[in-house]
Amino acid sequence: MYRSHVLVCGGTGCTSSHSAEIIEALESELKAKGLENEIKVIKTGCFGLCALGPIMIVYPEGCFYSEVKVEDVPEIVEEHLLKGRMVKRLIYDETITKDEIKPLNETNFYKKQHRIALRNCGVIDPESIEEYIAMDGYQALAKCLTEMTPEEVIQVVKDSGLRGRGGGGFPTGLKWSFTAKNAADQKYVVCNADEGDPGAFMDRSVLEGDPHCIVEAMTICGYATGATEGYVYVRAEYPIAVSRLDKAIKDARENGLLGKNIFNSGFDFDLHIRLGAGAFVCGEETALMTSIEGNRGEPRPRPPYPAVKGLFGKPTTENNVETFANIPQIILNGAEFFSSMGTEKSAGTKVFALGGKINNTGLVEVPMGTTLREVIEDIGGGIPNGKKFKAAQTGGPSGGCIPASLMDTPIDYDNLTAIGCMMGSGGLIVMDEDNCMVDIAKFFLDFTVDESCGKCTPCRIGTKRMMEILEKITDGKATLEDLDELEKLAYYIKDNSLCGLGQTAPNPVLATLRFFKDEYIAHIVDKKCPAGVCKALLSYVIVEDKCKGCTLCSKKCPVGAISGSVKNPHVIDTTKCIKCGVCMDSCKFGAIIKK
Amino acid sequence: MLKKISKIPFKGTPEQEAQLRAVIEECKDDKSMLMHVMQQAQAIYGYLPFEVQTMIADGMNIPLEKVYGVSTFYAQFALSPKGEYNISVCLGTACYVKGAQELIDRICENLGIGAGECTDDGKFSVEACRCIGACGLAPVLTVNDEVYGKLVADDIDGILAKYKA
Repeated sequence: MYRSHVLVCGGTGCTSSHSAEIIEALESELKAKGLENEIKVIKTGCFGLCALGPIMIVYPEGCFYSEVKVEDVPEIVEEHLLKGRMVKRLIYDETITKDEIKPLNETNFYKKQHRIALRNCGVIDPESIEEYIAMDGYQALAKCLTEMTPEEVIQVVKDSGLRGRGGGGFPTGLKWSFTAKNAADQKYVVCNADEGDPGAFMDRSVLEGDPHCIVEAMTICGYATGATEGYVYVRAEYPIAVSRLDKAIKDARENGLLGKNIFNSGFDFDLHIRLGAGAFVCGEETALMTSIEGNRGEPRPRPPYPAVKGLFGKPTTENNVETFANIPQIILNGAEFFSSMGTEKSAGTKVFALGGKINNTGLVEVPMGTTLREVIEDIGGGIPNGKKFKAAQTGGPSGGCIPASLMDTPIDYDNLTAIGCMMGSGGLIVMDEDNCMVDIAKFFLDFTVDESCGKCTPCRIGTKRMMEILEKITDGKATLEDLDELEKLAYYIKDNSLCGLGQTAPNPVLATLRFFKDEYIAHIVDKKCPAGVCKALLSYVIVEDKCKGCTLCSKKCPVGAISGSVKNPHVIDTTKCIKCGVCMDSCKFGAIIKK
Repeated sequence: MLKKISKIPFKGTPEQEAQLRAVIEECKDDKSMLMHVMQQAQAIYGYLPFEVQTMIADGMNIPLEKVYGVSTFYAQFALSPKGEYNISVCLGTACYVKGAQELIDRICENLGIGAGECTDDGKFSVEACRCIGACGLAPVLTVNDEVYGKLVADDIDGILAKYKA
């Protein structure tokens, strides 16, 4: 028995800020003090509050240390773990009330969250199958194999109302039933962990923090649909996730939870990992299967759907990581448990990755139907530096943006689609007044131009043409006719592309056109970028009243565009200025502005 | 995606070749393992020069044209060697809205090379990369495996100086 447990986050965010070194230092410090048999150090998955990483929680007190550095370790060991005095300066300030600390789930960040997919993340050691089993792990699988028929399993998943969390929102139970119906000598289960949306990292966190739940869920899916083999397709950019999943599969095999005759039921199932190699289109289900087969990851026309002819030409069920992560809980607690949460047509919870201009960047899991305002203001802690909220981008390069006026929309699949947005995988990037929406649209389009696989013409050439028009706009060379052309082209590409990538590629442009048309007009008609981002439309000017004539800027200017005499206001020659911004950075009096 | 193909002569060692042959031997009966073999080859050689792709094609009994097709399709496969220190700047959305483009501009200015290029002495290469999922630390860059987060452009010169020494 240990008298104290120290949980240190080993997710990608905290590992990047040296949590592995912190664990090492903790262990050696504890050893030096002779405490190694009293205090246990556990490397967990992501706690979600990445903004405050590296994170450490000490139980039984539940003391939440944030932004811990390796140098802080001796103090924590000496003061807290040896003498029992918490190190106040490192405690997350929201958890301190007078002389007590309040439980983490009463803080604003965690209060409104409801964790199903992430329930074990940050709680257990993801590399320990025993800890997963202690949290009811593999019980759902046992229940399926020993008490339920495959049809019953599918019925529970159907009744739960679970919809695909990868973006499309297709009912999961229905998908399973399609594959189950098709008889074949071999069927497959595929887990899509090719999380390509920039700014979304929930799938990675589940794999890093709770890999066994994916192994369990895929096995359940195999039983329900009649498949005996599964593939997990993971991004190569997620090395920690890959190694933990690999260990989970090996441990499950050793414990008889994968392989032949699982739980003596006569059911066989095994899993393989395949690594992606950095192609966004492989997140599309047919492209992903083509890639697993060892080819260029180009999508295939549907029909035939994967349920009929999928991986290696056999019936295949493909779900994404977060979808699978809900399955064991649904089986254990029943369909009602899940369908009672969320909205009528979107049951359960959704994980969002909060990023961009927001205080509490990290992962949050909330019931469907929570409003954007609650997510951003209450959980996310609002916008830093007193700036104004402008828009939230959802669904990555396939999605749209939600402007401030729609902040009270309850978030679910259908509401987001209705406002021309998309749930996507759940990346939620917050933008403030300093972000130019035309520039953001261009950023996403640049992404899709680069990632278009080239198989179909509307996507390959169409997105490129759209990009050229956007470049004209941000260079101040476009006309209003170009704007009409841009919109026409966008709808054409949506209607005619082969796969989801092309069909949704114009969304960022259409959404920004819908809610921020005034910014496009400002670029085209007034030749101004209101947010001050698009370089070609900016000019740097010296404010006469503030300039002290110190000559620093004219010395720094690389092209000699600034002139003036000592102690007199200087001026910038806009014809020579290359808009590098060096003058503005160097001015000590804030006398240079861009407009 | 346009890839730069290296003109630097191939300098593989017999040890590297033996390693690659062992990987191919293990996988040659399963053609769906092609990408896995190429990933291993890149881990051995650092990139996939023409000679290595030929070895894979012959060993796996897959047309070279298909191997080349796969190597040019996926961003991860490099056809040019990388610098001793490879700097990847994340250009995911979260990093982009927090100014990652300025980081790249500053690095390129400092090193005198463009994105996707390598310095003449082979010491540094710079690339823009897709989201590495450390969005909580945005904007982020990595130098080989070392991660630097919450950066501003003014941090760049200091970081580079560490590796130049």
